[in-house]
Amino acid sequence: MEFLDFLQALFVTPFTMMWQNPEFLLEVVIGGLLTGVMYSLVALGFVLIYKASGVFNFAQGTMVLFAALTFVGLLEHGVPVWATFILTVLVMILLAFIIERLVLRPLVNQEPIILFMATIGLSYLLDGFGEIAWGGDVHALDIGIPKEPLVFGGVLVNEFDLCAAAICGVLVTALAVFFQKTSIGRALRAVADDHQAALSVGIPLKTIWVIVWSVAGIVGLVAGILWGSNLGVQFSLSLVALKALPVLILGGLTSVPGAIVGGLIVGSGEKVAEVFWGPATGGAIEDWFAYALALVFLLFRPQGLFGERIIERV
Amino acid sequence: MSGGKRIGEPILEIRSISLSFGGVRALAEVSLEIRAHEVLAIIGPNGAGKTSMLNVINGFYHPQEGTITFKGRARRQMRPHEAAAQGIARTFQNVALFRGMTTLDNIMTGRLLKMRRNFLWQALHWGPALTEELEHRAFVEHIIDFLEIEAIRKTPVGQLPYGLQKRVELGRALAMEPELLLLDEPMAGMNVEEKEDMSRFILDVNDEFGTTIALIEHDMGVVMDISDRVVVLDYGCKIADGTPDDVRADAAVIDAYLGVAHDA
Repeated sequence: MEFLDFLQALFVTPFTMMWQNPEFLLEVVIGGLLTGVMYSLVALGFVLIYKASGVFNFAQGTMVLFAALTFVGLLEHGVPVWATFILTVLVMILLAFIIERLVLRPLVNQEPIILFMATIGLSYLLDGFGEIAWGGDVHALDIGIPKEPLVFGGVLVNEFDLCAAAICGVLVTALAVFFQKTSIGRALRAVADDHQAALSVGIPLKTIWVIVWSVAGIVGLVAGILWGSNLGVQFSLSLVALKALPVLILGGLTSVPGAIVGGLIVGSGEKVAEVFWGPATGGAIEDWFAYALALVFLLFRPQGLFGERIIERV
Repeated sequence: MSGGKRIGEPILEIRSISLSFGGVRALAEVSLEIRAHEVLAIIGPNGAGKTSMLNVINGFYHPQEGTITFKGRARRQMRPHEAAAQGIARTFQNVALFRGMTTLDNIMTGRLLKMRRNFLWQALHWGPALTEELEHRAFVEHIIDFLEIEAIRKTPVGQLPYGLQKRVELGRALAMEPELLLLDEPMAGMNVEEKEDMSRFILDVNDEFGTTIALIEHDMGVVMDISDRVVVLDYGCKIADGTPDDVRADAAVIDAYLGVAHDA
């Protein structure tokens, strides 16, 4: 009998709930999508760097944290919001210069795994440096994004999430245009494919790397501000980056649209699973749903939804 | 056929270049010149320093001694993108293309240095930037026609057979409108037909655009056919320099290739 109850909770109740209260389902999905947008933003930082330098940047999560810490630190010293933003952007650009000079340049033409290891080191370094510079406390961050709940035709939506989604949308559009339509974008894609060939057509590698790491830093900053306003700026923020990994597997490591769609799927999927299937399994689905989904993808479509298919000749 | 062209003054002069990696001497006091509008072949056994020579010319390697004078400007070191900006283009022994990008996009990267509009204009895709993009696009289409690769314009180059990849790579170098074109084994791994096509393209480029070409090639038949002058390297030293016929008859060259002392 108990087993039957479990089956019912798994296969019947969730669907009847959805059927009886479609507004609620919509609400959950929208809430999930809006969280997903923020996953997308973190994933985007990975994709940018991977596309342009072939490096899987393990430190992206820490860069998000570091940017948010710098931002909130300056803000707490009484610097106005707009100036803080500009200053933090400058700090992230400076960081990109330093990384290019001290990490990427000496390791040029090395195996990807070596660069990957270097970014792990970078991640710990930034983590420690952030703590020395700004302390280990949790900082509240409020940059004046309204947090009132709004009601659209019976569906409850959080205003903050809506703003966050709008900001992400603008950022993503700008990046897409930058990558697809400008000669710098073409140069970035060229560098991603073949360093030596890129040099031979006159692309200055160092400049490109600084640009792309700066852009990734700025994307990280926006992600950090949004997550920070939501959860407070704290060291566990770099763990949010872990959620970006399944997003990347879903979307494909090399695809900007993939990062976005992947984020949306993970965000809405885990919310729906938590709310409707949570009672059957005792909750906490949100914590593992994304990884389980990623596992399925790895089995059946390892290149992700939008990634380039790897074909190797034997 | 390189009938009506006039070989001019040297555009590139290399004066006693030496290059070593640790204890390995790749080039030892090599001097050579490349004259405007000629097709120069650099030949030699494996490990003779041919590719190192090209790498020095386009700035991948920085020689420890010697100077390079290109278009009247002397230098020992130059970064690859500066060499590119001054009009030196090249292809690679192992095809180095942007594999994820289409043929068209690959060749378009050759135009990057020629683009003048700032990226904000380009991002808007409007006004002067659009005009400029269209001009470059037209130029690239011309190259695509010239190399007879219209059919693969939109194909990602990673999916193309080797011979075509080599052709796309040549196209990308041509898009840079180089004054000096360096080709590292443009015909390696090709069948006879593909080699003939490639020889024809090289001669046509030389004829039509007056591009100076320095190439490395192992196929002696091809070398003797298409080059105006041949330089032979062996163990990092220059052992011969002259017309194909002179070089073919040179005792030192025969020694180097056959590896035996011979009786005159």
